[in-house]
Amino acid sequence: MTITNVQPQTPGFVAAVSAAAGAFFGLFVGTAQGSGLMGVIIGAVLLAAMGFVLTGMTDKEKPLRWIVFAAFLVAGYAMGGFSVALVGALFGWFAGWFIFWLATSRYRMHLAPYLTPGQVLWHYTFRVICGAIFVFLITPILVVMPLSFNAQDFFTFTPEMLRFDPAGYSLKHYEDFFNNPDWQQALWNSLKIAPMATLLSVSFGTLAAIGLSQPHVPFRRPIMAILISPMIVPLIISAAGMYFFYSRIGLQGTYFGVVLAHAALGIPFVIITVTATLVGFDQSLTRAAANMGAGPVTTFFRVQMPLILPGVISGALFAFITSFDEVVVVLFVGSAGQKTLPWQMFTGLREQISPTILAVATLLVAISIVLLTTVEMLRRRSERLRGMTPS
Amino acid sequence: MKLSKLSVLVATTALCAPAAFAEEMANEMTLVSWGGAYQASQVKAYVEPYLEMNPGLKVIWDESSAEATAKMRAMAEAGNITWDLVDAVASDAMRMCDEGLIEEIDHDAVLAPAPDGTPPSEDFGELLVSDCFVPQIVYSTTFGYRTDLVGDTPPTSVCDVFDLEKYPGKRALQKRPIDNMEWALYCDGVAKDEIYDVLSTPEGVDRALAKLDTIKDQVVWWTAGAETPQLLADGEVVMGSTFNGRLFSAIAEQGQPIGMLWDMQSFDLDGWVVPAGLPADRKARVMDFLKFATDTQRLADQAKYISYGPARKSSAPLVGKHAELGIDMAPHMPTDPANATNVHVYDYEWWADNRDDLDAKFQAWLAK
Repeated sequence: MTITNVQPQTPGFVAAVSAAAGAFFGLFVGTAQGSGLMGVIIGAVLLAAMGFVLTGMTDKEKPLRWIVFAAFLVAGYAMGGFSVALVGALFGWFAGWFIFWLATSRYRMHLAPYLTPGQVLWHYTFRVICGAIFVFLITPILVVMPLSFNAQDFFTFTPEMLRFDPAGYSLKHYEDFFNNPDWQQALWNSLKIAPMATLLSVSFGTLAAIGLSQPHVPFRRPIMAILISPMIVPLIISAAGMYFFYSRIGLQGTYFGVVLAHAALGIPFVIITVTATLVGFDQSLTRAAANMGAGPVTTFFRVQMPLILPGVISGALFAFITSFDEVVVVLFVGSAGQKTLPWQMFTGLREQISPTILAVATLLVAISIVLLTTVEMLRRRSERLRGMTPS
Repeated sequence: MKLSKLSVLVATTALCAPAAFAEEMANEMTLVSWGGAYQASQVKAYVEPYLEMNPGLKVIWDESSAEATAKMRAMAEAGNITWDLVDAVASDAMRMCDEGLIEEIDHDAVLAPAPDGTPPSEDFGELLVSDCFVPQIVYSTTFGYRTDLVGDTPPTSVCDVFDLEKYPGKRALQKRPIDNMEWALYCDGVAKDEIYDVLSTPEGVDRALAKLDTIKDQVVWWTAGAETPQLLADGEVVMGSTFNGRLFSAIAEQGQPIGMLWDMQSFDLDGWVVPAGLPADRKARVMDFLKFATDTQRLADQAKYISYGPARKSSAPLVGKHAELGIDMAPHMPTDPANATNVHVYDYEWWADNRDDLDAKFQAWLAK
């Protein structure tokens, strides 16, 4: 076997692989049109034929790819107007690229030359699977975003929206969110509850993690197990328990009741992340600090805290998101006066399917992205400043 | 001199009296309702006017009526009643009343009489189905259909729901036996006044389920009233049952291509109940609000915002036009004679006795 296997492929091979790709995409298009099987067959036959014909014409790749692109675009437009033309163009671009990518053996160019065909196949199958998982995870979130600009009061892609007619889109659901006192009250409640719960979780969780990482503390494991149990016990059980307990002591339906409940849910996350960073913490540093006359408090804030800060911050982030996202416990422990955003979304979904929920969801996704990016950038910056490489 | 002293005394008493009166009432009130257009109609018809009359009062809404019974039980058990006034359907109210979770109400003593002096017990009449229940509205569960998906002959009978040949496509039905079983038997040829007799026998239940079996694979089951309008707007279903006010809102306010099928609509009642064991100041506030919110004019006002019939007889002549659209509301009321030519009278008592049993059978049938 030589390493010069980067050479044009036979039409049969290109046709077979293209057929597989065509069948894959045909399944989705066909299912959307009402018959998955028909889609698979048509997709496979179409791409196989194209692959077979185009393999012999690799010298005219550029014009041919433009032709395929245009053909799909026009076919899409003929089938269902502007939006389908867009999808068609996307398929056309992909089909042209894919067939020539196979036909000219470009797919082997970046791979080690000694790989067997089976290994090459697995290499790309693996990537397709990863891509499919990614699409599976992200599609539900992406679908929500255009729907939130719907001009109607239903979760429906209207014909106007599909034609990209500006009349089909509106910002009225965003307007509703910012003007409706119910939503504003819910937002305000969430913003009052989540930071407070995060503060409590971080304080207690960090202290607990430091204490539990000392080797001389008795019953470390049982204590740890109890502290992280809110993460393991089904939420509905914790919620029902808290409801009756808080009712007896007068905390049910109060702001502090909800804050305490959310802090209890957030503490396990802080303990776990801080304990993980403490594993890499050199205990002799605290002894050295003590040796130089620093008290335990000074040692903690000047030596230990800066080193475990990444763990504390990610724990805090989890605690914040837990509180900000939580609906089960607040439904039990809170009363209507503590109605949070998730609660409002929950009742909104059940009683009145209004796209305002989608507008809120879109805003929350945007805020989450900004928040996570900021934290990650801060973390990298601090690591760079301290001379550590970002991991 | 004496006179002026007296007048001062009178003046101070007059000033103090409303203040002292107001002090006995709590200045916060948690109302529980269903959310959506229905709650909005309550806000506009009587909560906002009441707040104007009582500045300083704070009203908190909790959209939990769907699980009112379960939450009321939990509150009673925990000894911590956080709700002041709860909106509930008649059957839930009957159940909670039997369990002692809600107060019995002396309707004539607590509620306002009609403008002509008719006592409330006569004005509400037979709608006072429970001693704990103050009815507000009559609503119905009925069908809506997509006008563009049924061809030139829109459905006119509830039995068209069971006719897959004439109206192919999915249907939306509520995920519970109530109404569905009765409609199934009616369309299987049982006379209207014999439905509950037939349904009382095991063979009758099987017969109803067998009729439902004929359309089972074409049914989308809903649990929240908002689902059917969404499914109809999407074109996911050809026809579906839901509360008539939801359909009115989709048709008149949202302009969806939906038509009403009033045949064999099923009447039900919705109203207020007061949790048992409220502290005196909160109870005084609730009773004051209840008297205002269920008087003749307020119930008629509510019909300006949603197409549910007021529960008082004296309110019916006062029903006017829609507050924003300006259309006459009377023809959209389930009680309108043109809509009520063939109605199904839902038997509360029969269902109170048989609900658990039929729920189990229905769920088992669904899972098959």
